Amino acid sequence: MIYSLIGYYSLILGLIIGISLFYFSYKNFNNSKILETKILSFTFLQFFFVVISFLCLIFSFIVSDFTNETVFNNSHTTKPLFYKISGTWGNHEGSLLLWLLVLTLFIFLFLLKTKNQPVKYKILTLVFQQIIIVGFFLFLIKTSNPFNFIFPTPTEGLGLNPILQDPALAIHPPILYLGYVGSSIIFSSVLAATSLKIISISWASHIKKWILISWIFLTLGILLGSIWAYYELGWGGFWFWDPVENVSLMPWLALTTLLHCILVLEKKSILTSWVIILSIATFTLSMCGTFLVRSGILNSVHTFANDPERGLFILVFLFILIFLSILIFFFFHKDSEKKSYNFFWLSKETSILVNNWFMMYFLSVILIGTVYPIFLDVISSQKISVGPPFYEKLITPFLIPFLIIMAIGPKLKWIKSQLEDKIYLISFFIISILLSFLILKNFSHNILINTILISSSLYLFFITFREFFTKKFKNISQNIAHFGFSLLILGILFNNLFSSEIITNLKVGESFENSKIKIVFESVKQKKEKNYNAIIANFYVSNSSGEVDRFSPELRIYNQPVIATSEADIKTTIMSDKFIVINLVQNQDFFNVRYQVKPFMLWIWLSVVLISFGGLLSFLQKKT
Amino acid sequence: MKKKILPISIILIFGLIFIVFYKGLQDSNIYTPDANIKNDIPIFNTKDFYSDETINSFGFFKVDKNYLLNIWSSWCVPCRQEHKFLMVLNEENKINLIGLNYKDNKKKAKKFLDELGNPYNKVFVDLDGTIAIEWGAYGVPESYLILNNKIVKKYIGPLNQKSIDEIKLFIK
Amino acid sequence: MKFLNIILIVFLFFPVCYSKAEEQDKRNKITKNLRCLVCQGQSVYDSDSEFANSLKILVDEKIKEGFSEKQIYDYFKEKYGDWILYDPGINKNTYVLWLLPLLIFLIGGAIIYKKFIKKI
Repeated sequence: MIYSLIGYYSLILGLIIGISLFYFSYKNFNNSKILETKILSFTFLQFFFVVISFLCLIFSFIVSDFTNETVFNNSHTTKPLFYKISGTWGNHEGSLLLWLLVLTLFIFLFLLKTKNQPVKYKILTLVFQQIIIVGFFLFLIKTSNPFNFIFPTPTEGLGLNPILQDPALAIHPPILYLGYVGSSIIFSSVLAATSLKIISISWASHIKKWILISWIFLTLGILLGSIWAYYELGWGGFWFWDPVENVSLMPWLALTTLLHCILVLEKKSILTSWVIILSIATFTLSMCGTFLVRSGILNSVHTFANDPERGLFILVFLFILIFLSILIFFFFHKDSEKKSYNFFWLSKETSILVNNWFMMYFLSVILIGTVYPIFLDVISSQKISVGPPFYEKLITPFLIPFLIIMAIGPKLKWIKSQLEDKIYLISFFIISILLSFLILKNFSHNILINTILISSSLYLFFITFREFFTKKFKNISQNIAHFGFSLLILGILFNNLFSSEIITNLKVGESFENSKIKIVFESVKQKKEKNYNAIIANFYVSNSSGEVDRFSPELRIYNQPVIATSEADIKTTIMSDKFIVINLVQNQDFFNVRYQVKPFMLWIWLSVVLISFGGLLSFLQKKT
Repeated sequence: MKKKILPISIILIFGLIFIVFYKGLQDSNIYTPDANIKNDIPIFNTKDFYSDETINSFGFFKVDKNYLLNIWSSWCVPCRQEHKFLMVLNEENKINLIGLNYKDNKKKAKKFLDELGNPYNKVFVDLDGTIAIEWGAYGVPESYLILNNKIVKKYIGPLNQKSIDEIKLFIK
Repeated sequence: MKFLNIILIVFLFFPVCYSKAEEQDKRNKITKNLRCLVCQGQSVYDSDSEFANSLKILVDEKIKEGFSEKQIYDYFKEKYGDWILYDPGINKNTYVLWLLPLLIFLIGGAIIYKKFIKKI
């Protein structure tokens, strides 16, 4: 009980500091001394209070303090300790506290680490960030207080949905938020820089580090979400084009595009307007995503509590930020570069523009697909679904030129270029096509599009792979990231093409057999754990090449909330994943058994890690 | 003036987007296609619960009579709760209750009816759930009010006092 | 004679196997495109809910009856509304949906070409 009080009043204090920071910044706009002393300390203090509040909430979860409404709604005494802790941010109120934690942390670090920039810029960045921070404090305290009391005190909580009790999901929000919410600092600093008209090459170098941090965490955060979906939901898929997934992918696309542009801006003073727009867009998309997911306006797997009051607050908040950005952009940003651009068609500048072009197209596909049903419903009361077929049809064809340009683009020089290494470029092209034909010759359908897709990804693969051996270490981080991307696309393609599945109904002791495989349902066992009872089914699978595996999928019934889940048993190897999922069939004495073989899953995960690793290398590189 | 046209149009566009999202929040966000009730009664093959006789439903529903088709199962917890309302409704002589036993075990279903009472004029069997889908149902419990051979109202979830009152009004 | 019988049996059997695989593909394609209405964000193919299982049985029945893919989609659209289909299709409600991204692509290309590229 005491923790809820401390937590709550820490939030109030944090809010008060936020408002005082506005005051101090306004009064001492030019005074650099005040920055080092008062403002930095106050920013730290604000962060500190949010930390206290967060720790109080965690502690309330750990001791199962059911006087706290949030703990009551989302926890249970029999939950394992690890999930009690991670349950703190697995709910709406706690996750907002996590938002505040990242928001205050980033501005503090920003002020601490930024050395060679004017004081006014730092203070103004703080001001813009505080607008966001104060907004979230108000949102939290007014509509989503994590420290509400309930009386009389219940003896037991309502528990956390068991599918959320998973290690990947436990760390998915913190990592994701470091990226997602971290883009707030890019938003605030670009608005500050625009107002002061200091967007330049040196500013680009300074902001690049923050873009990289946000980007790396966002990439890893999305990866963790997919890993969770794959392992926990057990259907063998890892991306469903569900609104919540789309909502994390959109800022990622904007951020990646921004990253490419900032690399240009770092060298030449061009594309500044576009950099400003992208920076604003990234965080705006994050906020917009938060709105779409938490307001209940969309129907998806991830729904938090649907509360229109909260939705309205975020909506208004989001649009205030948008209008503020539009005002600042048009008022302060004079396109002083009335220059006309004259890029040679075969140059690095052009290839980056083309990259932007395609990325924005992909972004628009996802954005339109996600919000169109809302517009259609409001305007004409028709309800439609926009699912995977839409996204796949619109994105896949455009991936082909995208991959090829991704292979050639980095090899071009600034201003004007001739194609170097023409021999390699052409021979790899031919090898890619031949190899694709070989791989696909036994396929009956869609052979043309798949061949072209695989060829272009193989092309990127070979070109980037070769680059590692040319000893040009200058661009190694970029090469690693692009190489990783080629692996990702190849992994996804092969996974799609070569996955197989057997669905059958089996009683204990029965088996299924076809020309390639034999599945024997050996036995069932019962198991009792702290917060669930389980039936474990034992399977013995042998295939025609003599490989043998044993699987033990489970059916679990949790005690609080009373939910039945099916846990797949997944065997991961370098080349493929194999797994079995079982399900009860109502009123029958047999089980429904699904055996799936999914090749290259590990490659898909590792390739994303590789992509982030490229980003990390870039972050750590010292500027020469 | 020309210079202002771009920011103004952008602000207008975002203003419109705001309005759409605002209205979207107001509307219900649960996609219940109530608006999508297909009026005609589906024709289906089924078995009689007690006699096991195969029946085709064509011609079963008479034009001048009122029916309530109720989809239920012994394993469905809300079905137990709504059952007493069905017993009450059965006392109205202006309506016939037809049961559709959904994906159930016959012994357990019989036990359910013995225990809670049988309000149905007739009970059909839907072993694999496909007949329920012919009716456009999602699961159990669901009920369909049929007047003059047309589906007039669909109740998703267990019936309660409010729905019974509403039905009584309809059949007057 | 016996040999002929065997050949006949093999020939009769073969198209059944072949069309079974085709049927399976068709069924998978259709059920992946149908939304499980009682689940949150799962296709009928992925889901094991009662609703999804019954739907799968019904899809199998319709395929056996010779319904085409489109006819099956229409059948379910009639019962549950457009939103049971994941593929929004191209109709008067969705022209904007499909065309807007392509329009954006073309406009983006035009802007880049006009503003940035050196005209030879």
